[in-house]
Amino acid sequence: MENKEIKFLKLQQIIDAHEGKISHLIAILQESQAEYGYLPKEVLTYIATAMGISPATVLGVATFYAQFSLIPKGKYVIRVCDGTACHVRGSEPIMMGLRKELSLSADKPTSDDLMFTLETVSCLGACGLAPVVVADEEVHGQMTPDGILEVVKKLASAASEN
Amino acid sequence: MLKSREELISLQKKAKAALDQEKMRILVCAGTGCVANGSLKVYASLKKLIAEKGLLAEVNLVEEVSHEGIGVNISGCHGFCQMGPLVRFEPSGLLYCKVQESDCEEIIEASVANDSVVERLLYVNPTTGESVKTQDEIPFYKRQQRVTLKDCGRIDPDDINDYIAHGGYQAIAKILFELKPEDVVKEVLDSGLRGRGGGGFPTGRKWSFAASQPGPKKYVICNGDEGDPGAFMDRSVMEGNPHSVLEGMMIAGFAIGADEGYIYARAEYPLAIKRMRKAIADAEALGVLGQGVLGTDFNFKINIKEGAGAFVCGEETALIASIEGERGMPRPRPPFPAVKGLWACPTIINNVETLANLSAIILNGANWFKGFGTPSSAGTKTFALAGQIQNTGLVEVPMGMTLREIVFDIGGGLREGKKYKSVQIGGPSGGCLTEDKLDLPLDYDELLKVGAMIGSGGLVVMGDDTCMVETAKFFMGFVQNESCGKCVPCREGTKQLLALLTKITEGKGTESDLDLLAELAQNVKDGSLCGLGKTAPNPVLTTLRYFRDEYLAHVRDKKCPAGACQALKEYYIVPEKCKGCTVCSRVCPADAITGDKKQPHVINVDLCLKCGACMEKCKFGSIIIR
Amino acid sequence: MSGKITINGQLIDFTDEKNILAVARNAGIDIPTLCYHPELTIVGACRLCVVEIERMGIQASCSTAPADGMVVYTNSEKVNKVRKMVLELLLANHDRECTTCDSSGACKLQKYASDYGIKRLRYPNRAQMLPLDVSSLSVVRDPNKCILCGLCVRVCKEKQGIGVWDFKNRGSRTEIVAAMDQPLSESACINCGQCIAVCPCGALTSNSSAIQEVWSAIRDPKKTVVCQIAPAPRAALGEEFDLGSVEVTGKIVSALRKVGFDKVFDTVFTADMTTIEESNEFLGRLVKGENLPLFTSCCPGWVKYAEQFHPELLNNLSSCRSPQQMFGSLLKKKYAKDLGVAPEDLFVVSIMPCTAKKYEAKRPEFMTEGSYDVDAVLTTVETARLFREAGIIFKNLEDSRFDQPMEQATGSGVLFGATGGVMESVVRYVAGKLLNAEGRVDVEFTRGMEDTKIASINVGDNKLTLAVANGLAAAEALIEKIQSGELNVHAVEIMACPGGCVGGGGQPFQNNSEHRLARAKEIYNIDSKLVLHKAQDNEDLDKIFEKYWNGCCNHETHHDLHTHYQAKKRIAGNEIVIKDGEGPEITVCLGEGCLKKGSLAIVEKLANLPVKVKGVFCLESCGEGISVKVNNEILHVTEENVIDSIKAKCGCSCGCCS
Repeated sequence: MENKEIKFLKLQQIIDAHEGKISHLIAILQESQAEYGYLPKEVLTYIATAMGISPATVLGVATFYAQFSLIPKGKYVIRVCDGTACHVRGSEPIMMGLRKELSLSADKPTSDDLMFTLETVSCLGACGLAPVVVADEEVHGQMTPDGILEVVKKLASAASEN
Repeated sequence: MLKSREELISLQKKAKAALDQEKMRILVCAGTGCVANGSLKVYASLKKLIAEKGLLAEVNLVEEVSHEGIGVNISGCHGFCQMGPLVRFEPSGLLYCKVQESDCEEIIEASVANDSVVERLLYVNPTTGESVKTQDEIPFYKRQQRVTLKDCGRIDPDDINDYIAHGGYQAIAKILFELKPEDVVKEVLDSGLRGRGGGGFPTGRKWSFAASQPGPKKYVICNGDEGDPGAFMDRSVMEGNPHSVLEGMMIAGFAIGADEGYIYARAEYPLAIKRMRKAIADAEALGVLGQGVLGTDFNFKINIKEGAGAFVCGEETALIASIEGERGMPRPRPPFPAVKGLWACPTIINNVETLANLSAIILNGANWFKGFGTPSSAGTKTFALAGQIQNTGLVEVPMGMTLREIVFDIGGGLREGKKYKSVQIGGPSGGCLTEDKLDLPLDYDELLKVGAMIGSGGLVVMGDDTCMVETAKFFMGFVQNESCGKCVPCREGTKQLLALLTKITEGKGTESDLDLLAELAQNVKDGSLCGLGKTAPNPVLTTLRYFRDEYLAHVRDKKCPAGACQALKEYYIVPEKCKGCTVCSRVCPADAITGDKKQPHVINVDLCLKCGACMEKCKFGSIIIR
Repeated sequence: MSGKITINGQLIDFTDEKNILAVARNAGIDIPTLCYHPELTIVGACRLCVVEIERMGIQASCSTAPADGMVVYTNSEKVNKVRKMVLELLLANHDRECTTCDSSGACKLQKYASDYGIKRLRYPNRAQMLPLDVSSLSVVRDPNKCILCGLCVRVCKEKQGIGVWDFKNRGSRTEIVAAMDQPLSESACINCGQCIAVCPCGALTSNSSAIQEVWSAIRDPKKTVVCQIAPAPRAALGEEFDLGSVEVTGKIVSALRKVGFDKVFDTVFTADMTTIEESNEFLGRLVKGENLPLFTSCCPGWVKYAEQFHPELLNNLSSCRSPQQMFGSLLKKKYAKDLGVAPEDLFVVSIMPCTAKKYEAKRPEFMTEGSYDVDAVLTTVETARLFREAGIIFKNLEDSRFDQPMEQATGSGVLFGATGGVMESVVRYVAGKLLNAEGRVDVEFTRGMEDTKIASINVGDNKLTLAVANGLAAAEALIEKIQSGELNVHAVEIMACPGGCVGGGGQPFQNNSEHRLARAKEIYNIDSKLVLHKAQDNEDLDKIFEKYWNGCCNHETHHDLHTHYQAKKRIAGNEIVIKDGEGPEITVCLGEGCLKKGSLAIVEKLANLPVKVKGVFCLESCGEGISVKVNNEILHVTEENVIDSIKAKCGCSCGCCS
């Protein structure tokens, strides 16, 4: 079982490291998300209480920025770049193919088995390699709909072996 | 800790001397693009192999004499990302493309141990079919003029001594010991430098506003929230030459009387953030940043704030809100940040590329800078070339170069024999430039005249198979997703603009929708609170202006001339070509294809889902989109 | 700064106006606004107030300062185009069921749509109708009507310092939510209704379910229906009937009788009662030197705020029930017996300027024999609606008088309707009692709309420092000063709403400083006309005290007219499972107070044991030590004794703790 308690106590360490400054709220949320994998509402409530700010304000910041997720993400995050260069070179068919394969949609980014989360990202700055997909933190350039399905299959089988 | 200008100069001499001992330097590009393709493995392998041969030069500033050798370094982005990983040899200028770990032994054998080249790793000029040995001979680089990016790709971004060896921190030394703040403001004003991040506001003018405000607390913010989904020059500079950004910020701080700065960088740029952090730590340790810079009473502290994914934070006031820990929602201006910015203190916000120009301006003077570019737009500008073009990557050219030169001479023209249709410049805030604008000199004012803007410098080339309505929809989808939601025109207006464009690309639009689209776009532009909303309709307005026929085809004939809009595609089996093999009818998920064996098949357009499966499976190329 | 600007060709002087909007309005040129409020931060979000300025183009007039020589057009073609676009876009996304909307007639969006001739919408209607939040006793939120102007967010943050509301998400997915996107009743909302007061278009309205309950009671032959009227509505209800902010007490009484109320009383009567009980409580504390400063407790918004944010101050709050609840208690516990009806058959209605009174009436401590002391609370606006529904032509009504035997009321009780009024009443009473002051005792410092007023007065040989605050952000600043020792005061009056009850969340639209001032002026006007001046002048009250409780300020009045307070959590739910385990479940309080005292150290200790550790955002038992819940019992522990304390209470033999 995961050591949830250690994660929770880490929350306060993160806040303390930032001296509880409200101007550091975004960084505190970033580090908390790195710890938990996402930002459950109870974690946000804790941050609000410990920092003495209104819970609605913390929720407001956490839902403003695309980086934060209030729901758990899959074991593997697949980010399809939809910057202009990638778009022009066909990122959309890649996204469509992935959604179909993993039975996901824009409103349902994470598979039920919590294996995959599918996201779009606006430009990874690797336009020279368009279209680009980042799967499990690995950058795959000049991707095709078939190519990314291979990558996904590999990840899935790697997961089932473990 | 350096305590004086003299100590800095002596360090530079030492560093230079150490550098000179390298009879050869091998630079492996470690920009995001090349790293993604495995350049770090190439670097490790080259370094290991050369060390094994006992040829590795250890730059050691403590010992006066170290043995001559070969330097192997990582470097920032060389710009030609498409051909990465790139390995460059100095001083010869030899450039290898698409290098893999397995190539390293061969490289060393040929170009280190002997004076030859690995032919298969050279760049091949697609027009002539000849291979090209050195970087400067490659057409992509030939026409460029690198000022901002000069040292990107030449120096090791993680080594402050390398920066100093190349003249780094001499500009801050010069102003600290020779100039007054007002001199610095004047020099920058005279140079004609204009903001490289978007609007092109004269940098010196912005500074003079902030300089005239009462202190004591003022801030300098480096805007590294490069959000245009097709531009990455700021990332390249931060990754490739982080100290030049720090030095630029200090110059700005000295000029306006600020002692603290923030670098606001996109969280999507982890490598840039890592290198900036290291650069700050190294500069502070050396005494060129922090308390009492170079033994003077000038203090400057630099903090890094990571963005968390919001395009709107590129807007000055939203960026300030974000640094303050709030939702990145723009605030009304005036008051401008130069008067009331971060925590209500006078603040200037300059883009990364702008800041990276400053040390050269200080060292070489305003007139030198004005030698590049056009009278109204001095200097050079970096563009990110992307789209349907042969050579993609970062290019730096003097302001005023024509689009034709950039697209065809540097970019190598369109790929796969496509025909030029348009260039989308300035990302979601910019506009499109049609074929008749190819000879337009690119500078701030010329572009404004035709409804476009340089913006961040994204330059996306579209071929004849790109639908302009779909392109406008793409950008509108982006901005409506990135709108902060504060003001009504942007929040509701972009939503309705997107709905209208979607309707049109789905073949459900009418001609009156085009009028509504134009009216709403103009009003959103007029009525929005911040730059995002004010420029969001530009792609719609310019495509409507230059490609009205294409819009009309969508609403009148329900056709997409470029064949790009999924809903308007009509799959058709050319009877003459069809062999009646029945493969298509078997793969069709909608049972829309009928026909007897060995007889031409027919697609029922009412049932067709336009999935394209039939076309993919047809061995005879008898299925087309019309 | 001053100078001249040209607006629509007219040269206009300006002096200290902070924006073009104010300059134009002062010059009689109206500019429409939705997100602007003169007392709140300017955000320039709705873009309705745009004007065209030469050389500056289209600018929001709310966020642009006038500058000498500026040439402004407020109704140029471009300006009107942008305004029409804004309205059309907002209307497309707005639930336009105006006929059934509580704000119909008082809705700015409706007015502007008509003013600007928006006849046909060219955009599709909002895609999805979301459920209403009716969880709160005071405030109903209809997200389908929200135009995201953010006034509710700002008023709650800036005036009340609470920040119940905030934006969630961004772009077209932006919405305004309470707390962690929870029902409002689960948040720290103090029910003041200031968000209702600023909402321009019916997205926030008062929970008016009481109107139907009142009708049902009136139509129920078994019920005796009585009513009490607070001070503030009498100066504001007339606004609903185009009479302005003038006293309409007599008309209200007549109207209530016509509606079918059996008895009509004046809350001012129990305001006098409060003054007497509270003043004596204050004097008692002064003598004993304990629980000072005394904080008033008439305002239910402030009381809930104190329970949530200042549990350490609860002993300083006056234990007096508010005038509404004193009357409720009097009616249900005593008067019902006189009438010979059971408490549940006496239906007590109160007419209040306040939405928080609806919450106060439903507090479990205010009940008699299983029935609420106050059964239904109508706001001023809801009362007007009741009258309209009853077909009463309010303007033409003759005045009526309140019912015996509680008819008399003093000017000092009327003052409860404005900020500083409770303090002035106390001063009048104390001056009369201790100094035998004759005639009028008018207190200057307590009056006026400033959010914080502090003064020292001499009562005999004693110098008393008194403070008055309205708006909880101002109150919080005052409390900080007191707690830091910077300010030494003896008594503090706090009203949650700006201007006090005249600016309550249940008062008519427009509820801005101009109207608050007019109503307060009328309150003082009423006071000046009343012969009965100090609470002790109320002879009916003396008789009632005598008859029901054998006098005032004794053990019996304490039982019926006073109350107690309890710490409350600021947010419900969001429990955090810190560590799962086989052993018993231990819940640690993570409320702000306990966190500061070190509840994390306790979590750390417990995390080492094979027990299940949960965190909750306040166990509502603030006291000495840190609250920990084991076996449904709350213990107050310290880091040192936590294990032993739990061992003693746990009672199981699992051996987890050893």
